[in-house]
Amino acid sequence: MGMKIRILIAKPGLDGHDRGAKYVARALAEAGYAVIYTGIRQSPEAIVRTAIQEDVDFWGLSLLSGAHNELFPRITQLLRQQGAGDIICFGGGIIPQQDVPALKEQGIEAIFTPGTPMQEIIDFIEANRHRVRAA
Amino acid sequence: MKLAEKVILGDVRALGRAISLVENEHPDKHALLEQLAPHCGKAMVWGITGSPGSGKSTLIDRLLTHGESHRKLAVLAVDPTSPQTGGAFLGDRLRMQSHAQDQRIFIRSIASRGKLGGISSATGDAIKVLDAAGYELIIIETVGIGQSEIDVRSLADVLVLVLNPGSGDSIQLLKAWIVEVADVFVINKCDKAEANRLSADLDFFQSLKMPTAENGRRPVVITSATLDKGIDELWRTLLNCQDNLVANGSLRDRRARRIQEEISDLVAAKMQEELTRFMNDTGIVEKLSASSLGGGKSIYALRDEILSEFWKDFYKSQ
Repeated sequence: MGMKIRILIAKPGLDGHDRGAKYVARALAEAGYAVIYTGIRQSPEAIVRTAIQEDVDFWGLSLLSGAHNELFPRITQLLRQQGAGDIICFGGGIIPQQDVPALKEQGIEAIFTPGTPMQEIIDFIEANRHRVRAA
Repeated sequence: MKLAEKVILGDVRALGRAISLVENEHPDKHALLEQLAPHCGKAMVWGITGSPGSGKSTLIDRLLTHGESHRKLAVLAVDPTSPQTGGAFLGDRLRMQSHAQDQRIFIRSIASRGKLGGISSATGDAIKVLDAAGYELIIIETVGIGQSEIDVRSLADVLVLVLNPGSGDSIQLLKAWIVEVADVFVINKCDKAEANRLSADLDFFQSLKMPTAENGRRPVVITSATLDKGIDELWRTLLNCQDNLVANGSLRDRRARRIQEEISDLVAAKMQEELTRFMNDTGIVEKLSASSLGGGKSIYALRDEILSEFWKDFYKSQ
């Protein structure tokens, strides 16, 4: 029997706008994945510990405050330090196009900005599920 | 190093992975549990159950702040799986995120996977993994449930039922079988109107002195998780309850019953699997059903016929 894909949807930083994060979390759950939602205002350290305890395969970060250039790479860096760099990372929120290449370099593999059709996120997960460790 | 060894040493990443293995019926699951088994049997297990939105997650969040006497605490939070797609929105731990950085605390969300008893079938195995990893107290939060989902009873040493004011009159208590098996009642959201009324209803219920009740009158603790009221008392009540179970020997009985139930469930599930395979492989149901259509043999006669064929086949293959 295959392992169920687990996805963490997390909101780092001080931004409290979580409509988008809740929408994506619910839509991914409806698409058949097990989705864990952290709630708002999470520190990078808390998100990383959560990802490890929950043994997730993917994680999506949502941020609308503009602090993505600081917080997203901080989280991927912490994860690598904890030996969990194999978790596949994507992000979303208000993220200017010119920031995307640098974020991708830091290991945030896809950025979904407002208006992205949900199917695009699902396609991203399906296209990468073969990389999820077979345990 | 093998996964089981890392789990026993308390490696959090290994622990997360090990729970995924038991949750997904991974082929390595039996070997893993085999290696962990000698390290199991030490943890206290508390179950927290109650209807959706009654405050179970928030109460656990508050209880965790009172757990400073324990070296390692874990929470298994079960949320429902969609019967349509198999997906799950696991949102319990959101209320407990203030403990996300506490090195002593491990929180894991579990999807119920179509099991209707308020927990998933993997919960029992996940408890074993945490127990082997040295967690002294494991709190299970069930899916929000109503009246009769009592599967958690067999897994927990101490079972807490969380009730809210305004959730119905004394008749609701009389109908709900979950109240039979709880060790401690919590009236949460005590700042709401009708908290006294619910307390009186519970008093009435407990005054009925059911002849089957294991421990007689059970404690009622009045709390407000969000206002942090009554949590000290709840924590002490639960420890006290656990101590009493040890002192009067019923903990041993309960755990013996738990193991017996787990074993018989496993055997029954295995048998069901064998039987289903036999019926699918041979198409025997389809073949024999014709002789029952439009009068003829009774379905019970056919059942016996199918079973006797199954046993023949079963012993041949042994």
